[in-house]
Amino acid sequence: MMAFFETAHAGFVQVALAVSAFLFVIGAVGVFVRRNVITVMMCIELMLNAVNLAFIAFSRAHGTIDGQILVFFVFTVAAAEAAVGLAIVIALQRNREDLDVDSFNLLKG
Amino acid sequence: MILDVILFYGAAIVAIASGLFVIAQRNPINSAFSLIITMCSLAVMFAMLGSGFIAVLQVVVYAGAIMVLFLFVIMLLNAKQEEGERAGGIGRAGIGLGIILALQSVMVVWKGSLGLPTNHQETASADVARGLFSDPRFLYPFEATSILILAAMVGAIVVARKEKGK
Repeated sequence: MMAFFETAHAGFVQVALAVSAFLFVIGAVGVFVRRNVITVMMCIELMLNAVNLAFIAFSRAHGTIDGQILVFFVFTVAAAEAAVGLAIVIALQRNREDLDVDSFNLLKG
Repeated sequence: MILDVILFYGAAIVAIASGLFVIAQRNPINSAFSLIITMCSLAVMFAMLGSGFIAVLQVVVYAGAIMVLFLFVIMLLNAKQEEGERAGGIGRAGIGLGIILALQSVMVVWKGSLGLPTNHQETASADVARGLFSDPRFLYPFEATSILILAAMVGAIVVARKEKGK
């Protein structure tokens, strides 16, 4: 019984990488599938979180701190991105009165 | 050890399930709450992987600040339930792309995680601080992020404010 938990504990990094890959795929699919601009932005946040998990897993595997510091930078950039992105969403709603990504096709050829 | 394993795998399952809910919901509010659950379970995984400081930051900055901003905008704009699919079959193309991406990442994780070293060690927040502030590789980028935050703040105000005469 104890050996099972030992093996499960040793596989933390691999499981974390698998979860990270899976969440990234979910986020990428969501960007294409969902129509609401805000939901699309939330899918981007989901992808950023998946990458953070991979950073933390590699930081543990290598026993260094660099991965965690990079996650710290991802946090700050994500906060800035969310603030500017949501400001753009508010401006879009004000000018177009619509949040559907299909209706923003001014640059479509 | 046993508690660690149970917490970690439980959080992994909850993270994937709520991640799926984020894109399965049609109502943006439900998506936002699912995303908060995903972020909290990711924080548990961070803590179990030995990064307690980042786990706390994940809850405070992501699940706290950023998601509150999202919920605020959803409620401010009164975002309605989505109806129908994306025009021009983009949704179906996205699902196809997701299958390809999933196969690729399975291969990468499978092959890439075989040769990983196992220098596991717990890190305290003091170690993160020491790495961040005593290493010039990270100190100057850290100072530069303050300019980024300032630019984002000014940019958000300029973009979202009402123009005069409108």
